[in-house]
Amino acid sequence: MATATEQERGAKTHPDIRSYGEVNEDILQMLSRPGKWWWILLGMSIAGIGLLAFSWGNQIINGIGMSGLNTPVGWGAYITTFVFWVGIAHSGTLISAILFLFRARWRQSIYRAAEAMTVFAVMTAGLYPLIHLGRVWHAYWLFPYPNQRMLWPNFSSPLVWDVFAVTTYFTVSSLFFLLGLIPDIAAARDQAPKGTLRQKFYQLTSFGWRGTDRQWHHFGKAYLYLAALATPLVLSVHSVVSWDFAMSIVPGWHATIFAPYFVAGAIFSGVAMVITILVPIRKAFGLEKYLTTKHFDAMAKLCLVTGLIVFYAYLTEFFMAWYSGEDPERRVFWNRAFGHYWWATWIMLTCNGIIPILLWFKRVRYSIPALFVITLFINIGMWFERYVIIVTSLSHEYVPFAWNVYRPSLTEMGIVIGTFGWFFFWILLFIRLLPPVAIAEIKEVLPPPMRPKKREEVAP
Amino acid sequence: MSAAEATGAGREGILASYDFLDATVDTIKRLRAEGFEEITAFAPFPEHHIEAALGYKASPVSLFTLVGGLTGAATGLAFTVFTSMDWPLVTGGKPIVAIPAYVIPTFEMTILFGAFATVIGVFWNMRIPDLTGDVVYDPEFSAGRFGIYVTAPSTRMDTVREILEENGPSRLEEDAQGRAHG
Repeated sequence: MATATEQERGAKTHPDIRSYGEVNEDILQMLSRPGKWWWILLGMSIAGIGLLAFSWGNQIINGIGMSGLNTPVGWGAYITTFVFWVGIAHSGTLISAILFLFRARWRQSIYRAAEAMTVFAVMTAGLYPLIHLGRVWHAYWLFPYPNQRMLWPNFSSPLVWDVFAVTTYFTVSSLFFLLGLIPDIAAARDQAPKGTLRQKFYQLTSFGWRGTDRQWHHFGKAYLYLAALATPLVLSVHSVVSWDFAMSIVPGWHATIFAPYFVAGAIFSGVAMVITILVPIRKAFGLEKYLTTKHFDAMAKLCLVTGLIVFYAYLTEFFMAWYSGEDPERRVFWNRAFGHYWWATWIMLTCNGIIPILLWFKRVRYSIPALFVITLFINIGMWFERYVIIVTSLSHEYVPFAWNVYRPSLTEMGIVIGTFGWFFFWILLFIRLLPPVAIAEIKEVLPPPMRPKKREEVAP
Repeated sequence: MSAAEATGAGREGILASYDFLDATVDTIKRLRAEGFEEITAFAPFPEHHIEAALGYKASPVSLFTLVGGLTGAATGLAFTVFTSMDWPLVTGGKPIVAIPAYVIPTFEMTILFGAFATVIGVFWNMRIPDLTGDVVYDPEFSAGRFGIYVTAPSTRMDTVREILEENGPSRLEEDAQGRAHG
């Protein structure tokens, strides 16, 4: 059990929650009848999915030429958005696994939503390799297995590593997410009206959880081991994604700092996305008791730290380009800052380097509207970061004859915007179907109810 | 297993609910001191005091994780090495079997198999899925109450009841029909 000081701290993280029953009521009311706004947002998301289906369909029928991709820029908006969504996913695992191992108690209120975001973001990212393939019906060629179709399974290729990393990441983060949900689904099952479809759904998905000593004992251990497995995994996944670039010899990509630089960027963008998603959820469902300004302060600090690492990496890249004395490297970076794509680079530097400076101020970190606006800028900035890395480097390689400019086509823009609809569609379904705040784990940090002391002495 | 089999001939079950954690823990300790070992405790969240009172030690789930992880590592290494040897294409004068590069797929397979084994292990040990409705349970346990279900020979039921009542249960259900869970 928690020591006296820890109990005090636990009480302070959620000073307005009085009893365990209250937690169930507050969280499970989120699963009741959706309001008008939910339906409006769902409609918008479905429209986004429609746009995605239309644009992708257009590309499947008419060929990859419908995108703006062409020599020398073979990777454009698709790979940019792939890296963007994989990056978003990372903070969810950071919050649910790494902060769990570090016993950071403030993670309790936010980790469920962050974990859901991870799963849905990987689902979104996973679409992009398929879209980018062009001939999507050959998607299974991605898997390197012994075959007789003249396909060379090359395990030294970072693209093959990526297949392993991303599929493993999706599977493991889904398992982690679903295992953690079981006790909370059981709580939802116990409160759902008998005989309804909803109750049957919860009955099935809680697998008959009863909260016995034996179940909690093994559950706790399994959760710990999964967290221990997910921690190196999450660091490996974005490192592998960064090696998709760093293993090549393209100027601007071939750098040893790429793995830590990408992992920091991933967590930076992901925590920003968690804040962006949680601010409206908190407002709509009145979760001020659970998501206090302290939680947002902690997330903002995480943003600040990782943002500083990212900004430092940007400056290191420019410095190393100059210091290397390599002409192509120098020209790529000069071109990045002042060439055709100067605007994208300056959006990236402003949104990721300059605007987060505001987070140094406590007043900003405690202001929910300010955080919402800042994190929106970070989301935009991090998309442009990947755009800058990918497009400026490819458009400006070694041979001046091969330089060219890439512009995303309408089809690409439709697909990129459409996947936001796809992502938010799942988020919206999630907050209405499954408990979006971890019920059991919040109870864990509340001070446990003890018998009122000295009752016998007071009683006559 | 039916209810009658679980409680056995001449055995009875009793389910008590408590509002307070210390009351629950004290009751478990008293029951065990009196020699009652057929105890199932219910809690709305993982509570280490209850586990300690029941005398839990290590969980066998760790073994599942370890074996799963090692199997994954072996599978990953074997898969990459033998697939490459099956298609010996020399590129850049490099070896066919490039172990440093294969570390990455091997690592991912280790994590993947380890995670699957952990989930299988924990389901096995938690005795779920269990969708039949005949287990002893009270929906209050997922909301905020702690519970203790004890089975004992009918002759000793009075002692059990006495111990359970000592710590002021909010609810006492005698002859709880159903089987003890897990």
